[in-house]
Amino acid sequence: MPADASPAGPPLEIRGLSKWYGAFQALDGIDLTIGRGERLVICGPSGSGKSTLIRTINALESFQRGKIRVDGVVLSRAPAAVAAIRARVGMVFQQFNLFPHLTVLENCTLPLRRVRGLSAEDARARAMLYLEKVHIPEQAAKFPAQLSGGQQQRVAIARAVAMGPQLLLLDEPTSALDPEMVKEVLDTMLGLAADGMTMAVVTHEMGFAREFATQVIFMDRGRIVETAAPADLFANPREERTRAFLRQVLRKD
Amino acid sequence: MHFADNVDYPPWFRRPVVFLPALAILYLALWQGDAAHWAVTETILGVLKASATPVVVTAGLTALIGANVWLILGLPVRWQVFAVWVELALLLALFFVSFDLSWDFIRRKIWLLVSIGLINTLYISAASIAFASILALAGAMAKLSGNGVAIGVANFYTSFFRGIPLLMQIYIIYLGLPQLGVVIDAIPAGIVALSLCYGAYMTEIFRAGIESVPVGQWEAARALGFRPGTILARIILPQAMRVIIPPTGNQFIAMLKDSSLVSVIGVWELMYLARTEGQTEFRHIEMMLTASMIYWVMSGMLELAQARIEQHFGQAHAR
Repeated sequence: MPADASPAGPPLEIRGLSKWYGAFQALDGIDLTIGRGERLVICGPSGSGKSTLIRTINALESFQRGKIRVDGVVLSRAPAAVAAIRARVGMVFQQFNLFPHLTVLENCTLPLRRVRGLSAEDARARAMLYLEKVHIPEQAAKFPAQLSGGQQQRVAIARAVAMGPQLLLLDEPTSALDPEMVKEVLDTMLGLAADGMTMAVVTHEMGFAREFATQVIFMDRGRIVETAAPADLFANPREERTRAFLRQVLRKD
Repeated sequence: MHFADNVDYPPWFRRPVVFLPALAILYLALWQGDAAHWAVTETILGVLKASATPVVVTAGLTALIGANVWLILGLPVRWQVFAVWVELALLLALFFVSFDLSWDFIRRKIWLLVSIGLINTLYISAASIAFASILALAGAMAKLSGNGVAIGVANFYTSFFRGIPLLMQIYIIYLGLPQLGVVIDAIPAGIVALSLCYGAYMTEIFRAGIESVPVGQWEAARALGFRPGTILARIILPQAMRVIIPPTGNQFIAMLKDSSLVSVIGVWELMYLARTEGQTEFRHIEMMLTASMIYWVMSGMLELAQARIEQHFGQAHAR
């Protein structure tokens, strides 16, 4: 597929997306669009399909029905299409998934060299630029195990953003962190938002979502139950299921 | 290795209530075993024995062993290990010396064992290790591939070559393949047999090693857009090595000695030469012991190499 020549559409466009695990329907007719510079927060109870949705977008999960387009590129099972999608989509995981045998710097430079084809010096310069953006250039020579959870997650964000994605997916980026480290990661994400990065985030941090999101969707049983601007969703949820869920998570806050 | 449970175990064996009865039991055991008349006793306590009764010799032996144990228990751990190694090696040497070996014969033949036997053994083992590693990686990838044909081939391969004796595999390849018109020399046949056999064992080691890497590592690598070959070579295998290397080191050491099986098809490796040279002057034990010591030295070197490699791949986990 001549991926780079395709007419650029919105960073993400999903139509009628459905996915089954055997008889269990994980996603049920998802329609979703994220415009450039927009920030989507996906919330909902566990098992509602939030993570599945986000992982389907960059082909970590397959799907049976519907259409996903990233930046105008249609996702299919062809290796070229998958590669073209992954070149446009960055991903940050709950468990960081840094490569433990590589230093922080090598974690960032290896994909730049092997996937982006940068020279060693260019990769190093670009990696250091993004490590400075997440405020940990001084940790570049350390191994991930020597860093705190919050620092590891910021490295993971730097590694993903350094690749220059059109869309950044974050799957519960603060759920595995000790409470005192949540803020540094959320602040990093707010910094990316200020830079205009298009993002889709699965999170339970509702206070953060209100400040961060341009659009919030509430999912339950594989469907999008409610889509709203963050202020509206929190102040005035239309659906009873949304209200029940918000009562649960806000009480926890 | 220390078990850091912060407990200071008392040196209980050096307490008189334990140590003195232990000496008494040792004395009785030596007396019962007639240790005063052992050849090894004569070697150690030669001066004493000439003019002493068995009671005195046994007492002297008991005192010597007791003092030795007492002293070693008082040393720091590192020196304890060293002292025990030296003493066990000396005892082993005494044991061998008691065979009344012809050192002259060993001196005359050892160069032949080293120059031809050792070189051939090393060459066969090194080649087999290299091919077995390639087979093991291919086998592990096949088993994890999700492709039924690949899984079937890999399963049949590991089942067959782990399931029949290595000696039989050597015969099948050297004597059986010519039936199909494939005539193969003895050394290549040995290398093929050893590679296939150890590749089958190592397939399981490699599979377990690859599976020990968390699935999140594959996902992160895929999400970053790495190609499958790069994921395996740069992300997964370096991490799997921590699990793969210790049992693989075992396999290499075992293979070094199993390479002696190819002597049955007339390869002039270490064990073949030891046997045939020993026959020339009916000095079998000399040649077998010499070959054994050469094997031991080689496997010791492999152990050192393994420790170095483990250290290398463990560095990310050393905090």
